[in-house]
Order: sequence, then C-alpha cells, then structure tokens
Amino acid sequence: MEIEILPQIIIPIIKILFIAHLLIIGVMAMIWSERRVSGWIQDRLGPNRVGPQGLLQPIADGIKFLFKEDIIPNHVDKPLYVLAPAMLLVPAMIAVAVVPFGDTITIADNVIPLQIADINIGILYILAITSLGVYGVVIGAWASNNKYSLLGGLRSSAQMISYELTLGLAIIGVLMLSESLSLRTIAKEQGANPWEWNFLIHLPAFLAFTTAMFAETNRLPFDLAEAEQELVAGYHTEYSSMKFAIFFMAEYMNMIVGSAVVVTLFLGGWHFFGLESIGGPFWSGVISFAIFFVKTGIFLFVFIWVRWTLPRFRYDQLMNFGWKFLLPVALTSIVVTGTLWIATNGSRLWIGIGNLVAAFIVVAIVAGIMAVDNNSKSAVQSAPDAPPLRGLDAIE
Amino acid sequence: MLSLEYYLVLSALLFTIGVLGVLIRRNAIIIFMCIELMLNAANLAFVAISRSLRHAEGQLFVFFVMAVAAAEVAIGLAIIVSVFKHKETINVDEVNSLKG
Amino acid sequence: MTAEHVLFFVFGAVSLIGAISVISFRHPIYSALSLIVTFFAQAGLFVLLGAHFVAAVQVIVYAGAIMVLFLFVIMLLNLGTLSAKSALKGKLKGLAVVLGVLLAIQGVYIAMTAGTNTALESAQASTEAVTTYKIGELLFSKYLLPFEVTSLILLAALIGVIVLVKRENQTEN
Repeated sequence: MEIEILPQIIIPIIKILFIAHLLIIGVMAMIWSERRVSGWIQDRLGPNRVGPQGLLQPIADGIKFLFKEDIIPNHVDKPLYVLAPAMLLVPAMIAVAVVPFGDTITIADNVIPLQIADINIGILYILAITSLGVYGVVIGAWASNNKYSLLGGLRSSAQMISYELTLGLAIIGVLMLSESLSLRTIAKEQGANPWEWNFLIHLPAFLAFTTAMFAETNRLPFDLAEAEQELVAGYHTEYSSMKFAIFFMAEYMNMIVGSAVVVTLFLGGWHFFGLESIGGPFWSGVISFAIFFVKTGIFLFVFIWVRWTLPRFRYDQLMNFGWKFLLPVALTSIVVTGTLWIATNGSRLWIGIGNLVAAFIVVAIVAGIMAVDNNSKSAVQSAPDAPPLRGLDAIE
Repeated sequence: MLSLEYYLVLSALLFTIGVLGVLIRRNAIIIFMCIELMLNAANLAFVAISRSLRHAEGQLFVFFVMAVAAAEVAIGLAIIVSVFKHKETINVDEVNSLKG
Repeated sequence: MTAEHVLFFVFGAVSLIGAISVISFRHPIYSALSLIVTFFAQAGLFVLLGAHFVAAVQVIVYAGAIMVLFLFVIMLLNLGTLSAKSALKGKLKGLAVVLGVLLAIQGVYIAMTAGTNTALESAQASTEAVTTYKIGELLFSKYLLPFEVTSLILLAALIGVIVLVKRENQTEN
C-alpha cells in the first residue's frame, strides 16, 4: 500500500498540533475573559494589571501554579490521586478530534477538510468521550479521602448519569433530519441562513441540550460537585499546584468543546448568510473557520453570562429538573420530529412548529402534576397550627 | 485479516477470567463486575462471528446484550445497596439467610 | 505482521491484563477502573472488527453509564477491602481440582482439533464496516419484536429498582 507522505501524515499532524494549541490558547483566553466579563457584569474592573487590559494574567496565573509546592497529602490514595486530573483532561482534549471547525481549504491543490477525523459515527464518539469526563471527578473525589470531596463526587456521578440521557436524546431529532451521524454532514445539511439552522427547527431540543451541556461541564447553575458554600471546593479540595490547575483547564476545555459541538449541531456550523462561500477555495476555507470560531466564542460568552446570572440549584431541584422536565422534552422532540417527518414529508417549518407546541404541552403537564402534588403535600404537612411550608416548595 | 480463531480464543480467555472471578471473589460488587466481563466476552465473540459470516445480526445481539446488562446492573446494584443497608456487609458468604 | 495483528495483540493484551486486574485487586474501586480499561480495549477490538457503532455504544453504555453506577455504589457504601478468605473448604477443594483438570483436558482437546473446521471461515470475509444504517434497518424491521421486548425489560428493571428502594424507605421511617 502506497502511503503518500504529505496528505496522509504531515497534514493530519499539522491539524492536530494546530487544534491542540488552539485549545490551550483558548483555555487561557477563557480564563482571562471569565474574569474580565464577570468583572464587567458585577460592575467592577477585574484583573487589569498584567499586560494591556490584563491580557497576560492567565500566563501569570500559570507560572504561579507551576512554581507552587506540589503537595500530596498523606491520607490520599496516591496512584488515583495523581491519575485523576489527567483522567479529566484527556477526554476533554480528544473529544475535539471529530469537530469540523470549517469547510474545506485548498492549499497547493490539496483539498483539506478542516477537521481532524471525519468518522462516520462522529456524534456517538463525542457522546462516548464526554461521558468519560466524570471519572476524573469521581476518582479525584474518592482518592482525596475527604468527606466533602466524596460528597462532591457522589453528586457529580448522579448528575452526570441523569443529564447524559438528555444530552443523548436531544440530538436524535437532529440526526433524523440530517440522516447522518457524521458531524461534517450535520453541519453541511444546515443551510446558509440562520432560519435554516437546527436550533429553530429543534428549539426545545436545543434548549434541553444546552442545559444538559451546562450540567455536564459542571458549570453554574449546576456546579453542585464543587459548591463552595456547601462542600469547601468539592472534588478538588485536596489538590494544589499544577494538579489543581489541570482540573480548571479541563473544565474550560470541556466548555470550549461543548460550545463547538453546539455550534456544529444546532447553530449551523461554519455557515453564515453564504459568507463562507465567497472568495477562492483558499479564502472560503479561512472565512468558514473564522465564522465557526466567532460562533463558538459567542456561545462561550453565554456560558460566562449564565454563570454570573443564575444562582445554584439545590440538589433535589437539579434532579427534578433533569428527570421531570428536560428528559420528557427531549423524548417528545424525538416522537414529534419522527411523526411530522413522515406526515408532512419532511417539512422543516411544520417540524419546528410541532416541536415547540409539543414541548409547551409537556412542560405544562409536568408543571401541573408537580403543582397538584405540592399542594396535597403541603396540605398534609401544614396541619392546623403549623405555618404553611410553602417557601421552599414554591421555588420549584 | 486476522482469522476468527484469534478473537474467539481471546473471548474464551476473558470469559474464563470472569468465571474465575465469580468463583474466587466474595465481594458481591466484584462478582457483579465479573458477570459484566463474561457478557462482554460473549459480545466479542458475537461481533467476531458476525464479521466472519458477513451478517449484521451479530452486532444486533450485542445491542440486546447491552440493554439486558444495563437492566441487570440497575437491579443488581439496588439489591446490593439494600442488602448492605440490612446487613452492613456485601460478602456473599455472610448473606446466607432468606430471612432476617 | 500487519497493522491489524499489532493492534489485535495490543488491545487483546490490555483487555486480558485489565480482566486479571479486576479479579486480583483488593479494593473494588481499583477493580472497577481495571474493568473500564478492559471495556476500552474491547471497544478497540470492535473497531478493528469494523463494528464502529457497537464500539461507540460499548463506551457510552458500559464505560459511560454502567461503570459510573458501580463507582457510585462503591462510594455510597464506602466499601473497604474484604478479607479474601478462600471460599473453598475441605472436600470442595478436591472436587474443584478434579473438575478443573477435566476442563483443562477439554480445552486442550478443542485446541488440538481446532483449525480443521473452516465452516465459519468464509474466504471472502469482509473488512467493510457494518454501517449504523444497516443495524438500524434490521433493528426496526426483522428484529422489531426483540427490540420491543428489550424496552419491556428496561421498563421492568426501572419499576423493580423503584420498588426495591421504596420498600427500604418505608421500613426505615
């Protein structure tokens, strides 16, 4: 078998190096923007001393982490304690391998797809790899041999199992319409204009997927695994120095990969009003990459925005929300999309409307049942002289 | 192109290790893991034979095995948890009375 | 030695080492992690066999869900190591040796006679992957009934777990 050196070896290596470095630089950019944006949201300045606008702050942080003493406490389970941060970081890094970050680019007659590997089960690969991230948290929590950490790990594993279901089910509708599991095909199937993108056709599924994504990345309002006020810092309480930093890098990498997946599945990938197809075969590639980059960046901003806007859920609220609202909505979207696809011969408009209506009905039914349930409960609890216990229940 | 035997031998070895685990370990959770290992060995044989016969059916059976395994794990772990709450042990030798 | 040979032996060795670790580690957490390694190696073998869909489902279902449940229970019960006393006593030990020898003889016999039966070894065995499309088509046509029965099994498991946990609550309160 002849192996052509340039297209089969050199170009993939360049792509892998490029994306890996882009991820790490992205993490640094995220650390900076998280702190600056949170400062902006809270009407304060945020770090602005190191470099112009504090841009070099992540580097200063990194250097500080590197030179801190690397403490391994005596009471930990050493092999797993050391392994845990890597178990969190590696899935975050390799998940990006199937994300198409642009259309094809032509350099010196070589047509290069802007994607490391276009495998035919792309989206399943993403689900499989992201589901492994939980082990880093759970193992780190257990190995720390600390009650608070263990609680964080327990919460995290239950949360991940619950929200992974929604994550998987919410994309089935998208897969049905694009008739493919390959992320490149899914991105390509969505047209050039925003109203042809999947997020409008599958609005409830899009919202469910995004919410589950927040839960999977352990971000507020779902960061119960590390809830500072309750669990000190949860699973990474016992970690210091670079190991601690790796936990944080993994969290930001997960966010970046998550945003890229959302952009690919729901927000039209590299399409934007046909802008991606102007210019020659070289420039259209560059522009499509830029469009994808900007979209991912905007979605990452939403991550930060939500973090500083919403308070943390209580644990039972988290479980109720996942199982009683998100899961039924995701399941309904599958049924409605499938039925309307047959009934209306694949009309995107009708599927979009049907999804929305069905989701409203489901949420109304669930909320109604829960309200009735709560009423009967508080009627029993608030016997004659007891004050009505409605304060906490009403939050739900 | 590897011949079928390689995969079948590997599958048999994995299955045997699973059986061994069930026989020599007393920890209910590890016994359970060994059962999963045996199911997986069977899955490997299914897929290998499926390729050899050029039938997709073998892979379907793997799908069914996985569904059954998931159901079994959910039930089994629930039983283990309730046994532990009751007896404070999951050593299968100490869980030997039907009542109590 | 083709690439397939090399990969087969790598994945095979990893899965065997993982499997042996499962039954030899004292602590259940280490056993669970070894089992995850074994499942991964098996996913690799599935890819080698052209079963990409099965490989992905293997990781999602086994590594992503089932093993997380195992870890959850191990952590919830905060299990330590169990003293590994031999379960076999007295006469049983003798019986075990006899049966073991019998099994070994059978194994050797099979190994000696293997390779002569080529019924399964179709010459035109394909390397082409069975597509997800093909699996889905079969699942929803020829195997529709087993598929629905599977859903019933899952439902039964769901109800079973709820009943198990509920009863526990009532007796405690």
